[in-house]
Amino acid sequence: MAGRYKSDLKWSDVTPKGDYMNRRQLMAGAGALALGSIAGPAMASLGAKKTSYGRGLELNSFEDITSYNNFYEFGTGKDDPARNARGLTTDPWSIQVDGLVDRPGNYDLGDLTKGITLEERIYRFRCVEAWSMVVPWVGFELADLLARVGVQPSAKYVAFETLVRPEEMVGQRRPTLDWPYREGLTISEAMHPLTIMATGLYDEPMPNQNGAPIRLVVPWKYGFKSIKSIVRITLADKRPPISWQMANGREYGFFSNVNPTVDHPRWSQATERRIGGGLFAKRVPTLMFNGYEKEVAGLYAGMDLTVNF
Amino acid sequence: MTAAQRINIGLSRVPAWPLYILGVIPPAWFLYQGLTGGLGAEPIKALEHKLGEFALQVLIVVLAVTPLRTWTGINLTKFRRALGLLTFFYVFLHLLVWLVLDVQILSQIWADIIKRPYITIGMVGFILMIPLAMTSNNRSLRKLGPKTWKRLHQLTYVTAILGAVHFVMLSKGFQIEPLVYLGIVIALVATRIKLPVRRAVA
Repeated sequence: MAGRYKSDLKWSDVTPKGDYMNRRQLMAGAGALALGSIAGPAMASLGAKKTSYGRGLELNSFEDITSYNNFYEFGTGKDDPARNARGLTTDPWSIQVDGLVDRPGNYDLGDLTKGITLEERIYRFRCVEAWSMVVPWVGFELADLLARVGVQPSAKYVAFETLVRPEEMVGQRRPTLDWPYREGLTISEAMHPLTIMATGLYDEPMPNQNGAPIRLVVPWKYGFKSIKSIVRITLADKRPPISWQMANGREYGFFSNVNPTVDHPRWSQATERRIGGGLFAKRVPTLMFNGYEKEVAGLYAGMDLTVNF
Repeated sequence: MTAAQRINIGLSRVPAWPLYILGVIPPAWFLYQGLTGGLGAEPIKALEHKLGEFALQVLIVVLAVTPLRTWTGINLTKFRRALGLLTFFYVFLHLLVWLVLDVQILSQIWADIIKRPYITIGMVGFILMIPLAMTSNNRSLRKLGPKTWKRLHQLTYVTAILGAVHFVMLSKGFQIEPLVYLGIVIALVATRIKLPVRRAVA
């Protein structure tokens, strides 16, 4: 089902590839000098299908996207994941698919995604902490994956879990959250064409700090809903518990749709700061459903969004 | 002569005034890093957090002066005023970064102070520091008299606890670091608690 969604963010409006590739080469050169080798293999192009896009925003640089991350499995500092996730083993990788599916099993990632068309999706990414980026993800629709395993009609929710491996994920040695990290979507959210499983960004395989080898991206929800390094997908008839709601249900709800009119108890969600603007970056207004209102508002018709936050 | 006495003699030759100059270096360095990419992709929050955390660290040193003297005999009292004023300066910069660079919007600043408990607590902590900073000079000490002055400056304990609580409240998930700061502050304040002394009945 590749190509169901046409983004309003477009490639020709963004940082020219030559520019960031030059930066990458500079970084690779510096990395090679400093570390001896490693930067080379990561540059393999995924050859994702380019899609036609409408009017657009400016992409964040590869450096911004890969150096400023919330991935508490590797530490709570924004720069911890880039530093600590290098040693994560992402191959082999398997995903356990269970619950209300026709073909449950422990699938090798390669088998599960064999022959699937990867496409580029340029999405706004809005963190619950009121900062945002624009990321050129590479992936495929979650609906494609769910079709492969066969969703049973009684399934109402999809639950996800992140890998637990404290030997490689140093943040998991502390009880910052109740590991494993858990997330969930309603089935209609999961089937929505905007909802993707991403395996890369900037046409390169997913960097470890961004959730390698495979993560969810739900662009109209706060970033923490887009669970990283997924090892389990469960179809269920009941709403699954999700990590941040478990940690603090007053502050984080199951839906967590980007909504400028519903504040986080500790800060306003009316505005956000685009990453990359430096020390004097101006705040910009946050858009309802992160700018995807046209596409997704229908999913929540008649719902009180201040109650179902 | 004990080691503590030797240290005290050595310290007696070290003036306190250079601290006021040296104390400007850390925030200047943070700002320089923020302007040149050294604080990462989002330097505003990073600068805000660095200033706040540094203020708390210096405040902990201030609180440690008395117990250090009591337990080891090492006397750092003459540096305490400079360190206290620097703490105020760092908290002021922390607040300034929050107002000017972070929140930016005047109506939202006021809303945040009233609506967000961790910000309310941080603001109260800052406001309580103002009379302390204003009376951190010999003239005020003489004017108020040592007893009143000392009582007033016991507000430092309240400020330190509010500062550490502010840090605990703004962290997401269960994080150990802010709790360690709060534990240290509470322990240092607890050393001031005098067990009830038997007094002669009048």
